[in-house]
Amino acid sequence: MGTILTTAQAGTLESSDIMITVAPAAEGSGIVIELESIVMAQYGKAIRQTLAEVLMEQGIKNAYLKAVDRGALDCTIRARALAALGRAGAVSKGEML
Amino acid sequence: MKNIINREIPEFVEGYGKVIPFAGAFTTLPDMQRQAPKVKTIKPHQSKLVASLERVFKDIPVQNGMTLSFHHHFRNGDGVVNMVLETAAKLGIKDLKIALSSIFPVHAPLVEHIKNGVVTALDTNYMSGPVAQAVSLGILAKPVVLRTHGGRARAIECGQLKIDVAFIAAPAADEYGNINGVQGTAACGSLGYAFPDAQYAEHVVAITDCIFEYPLAPVSIPQTRVDYVVKVDSVGDPKGIVSGTTRITKDPVGLKIADTAARVIQAAGLIKDGFSFQTGAGGASLATAHFVRQMMEQQDVTGSFALGGITGYMVEMLEKGLFKKLMDVQGFDLEAVQSIGLNPNHLEIGADYYASPFNSGCTVNMLDTVILGATEIDTNFNVNVVTGSDGVIMGGSGGHADAAAGAQVTIVVANLLRGRLPIIVDQVLTVTTPGETIDVLVTERGVAVNPRRDDLKAQLKAAGLPVKEISDLKALAEQISGAPEALTTGNNIVAVVEYRDGTIIDVVRQVEA
Repeated sequence: MGTILTTAQAGTLESSDIMITVAPAAEGSGIVIELESIVMAQYGKAIRQTLAEVLMEQGIKNAYLKAVDRGALDCTIRARALAALGRAGAVSKGEML
Repeated sequence: MKNIINREIPEFVEGYGKVIPFAGAFTTLPDMQRQAPKVKTIKPHQSKLVASLERVFKDIPVQNGMTLSFHHHFRNGDGVVNMVLETAAKLGIKDLKIALSSIFPVHAPLVEHIKNGVVTALDTNYMSGPVAQAVSLGILAKPVVLRTHGGRARAIECGQLKIDVAFIAAPAADEYGNINGVQGTAACGSLGYAFPDAQYAEHVVAITDCIFEYPLAPVSIPQTRVDYVVKVDSVGDPKGIVSGTTRITKDPVGLKIADTAARVIQAAGLIKDGFSFQTGAGGASLATAHFVRQMMEQQDVTGSFALGGITGYMVEMLEKGLFKKLMDVQGFDLEAVQSIGLNPNHLEIGADYYASPFNSGCTVNMLDTVILGATEIDTNFNVNVVTGSDGVIMGGSGGHADAAAGAQVTIVVANLLRGRLPIIVDQVLTVTTPGETIDVLVTERGVAVNPRRDDLKAQLKAAGLPVKEISDLKALAEQISGAPEALTTGNNIVAVVEYRDGTIIDVVRQVEA
């Protein structure tokens, strides 16, 4: 595991949610996170860190991740990121739990 | 230098002048004469009707560098400001100061007039939309002066805001300059914010789309102060001027906050005959009126008056006999507009009478309680209603700081978290209303009482209200959402925030583009 097989998405653009899209990236290209947020000034760094942590925890070395944040809490960000990775074939359901 | 609430402000602001630092809500006292405009006369049977705005500009004449004033009762339906500034631009007039009591998205053309040098200064009590955004990005060389509704009246009366020409958007006028806001197609109700302008400006122009037979009745602004009457096709869009019925929020968090706020008022012992009350039209504020009303009905209490911006809900309370009077400086919906025209107990009051700190008594001083909102509140209870979480100007005091200073119990209602952002911070980005004038913060997860009000704290605890320290509420919010990083702003000052007495309580610094 740890490889994104296909482009996948989780989350919505509702207030207090975050929409996360993950896409495959070539071996050696590393992690690219693109972030838009309504609370960029206050939580931009924290959101990037959370996203990077989730990817690392799942052993993902190469990924393109785009997040459009509408003020989601940290737990929501983690859940949406994991769901997107699951749909992308990078994490199996059992591993998520 | 730092003012008494520890805000870093310069001693001199380019384009504003010498700064008098805020020294406490009731510390700085007036030391001046009232200002007086030039005395005028008019010959019998001389007409005040002028064919066009252009003609008025030439008759006065409007010149470079003048201050033109406007009132905001037409809100986002206003057509008058844009019309007048278009005329100024067409005539090649430059360097105008625009003293408009509130600036709305409809006033977007102001941005172009600023770019072209037609307008070089703004003086207002509230601003939102494209003009506020452009100002926040530093479009004006001179900082905007942000005042309170009472403070604007004070500045006009005391000669600090000298108006050359007041343009009064008039829903109804007669040919001799009597004006009211209750008749005509653009009826907006009270014209209270225009009263000081009409009294103190050097020249007063009524702009209307409905001329009635002389004499107009009722009269809000009298012929004795109006020099010119201009008829135009339309003064604005009635849909943007008044809304339909203002409804009580259905948001369960908002309702919980409102219910708690009403219980705070009850616990403070204020629900009794003679009760006086002010609340806003939005969310939890108006919903508080709903819960207060239930208490008044159950306990058979008759209040003396409700004050401020008036909604249909307050009209209903007047008609049901729950309040004896409404004191109305601005109507928010159709019901309020109709009521002020028909009900003799629904009184129209001017901005000075409502909230000016420097006269022999304004009405906010007679308030038992007021319900106010907040964008942010700090652990010293200082409130920001000017700048948003991105540092961009998105509001202003309006009557916030005035009512907070006047009321016996000032209650701020706010969600503990707005999206992910905690409402309670160590330092608000911009102080609009000083903490010494805020008594209670009500959130959905608890109530905090200003340490200055131990009496009130004891009353609320005795009534079983969930009283917590404001720092504990802040910690609770941060447990849920994480501690936010502070916003960084530049050094350029885009607005000075004047407290109601004319001292500087804070400044707004430019945000990055």
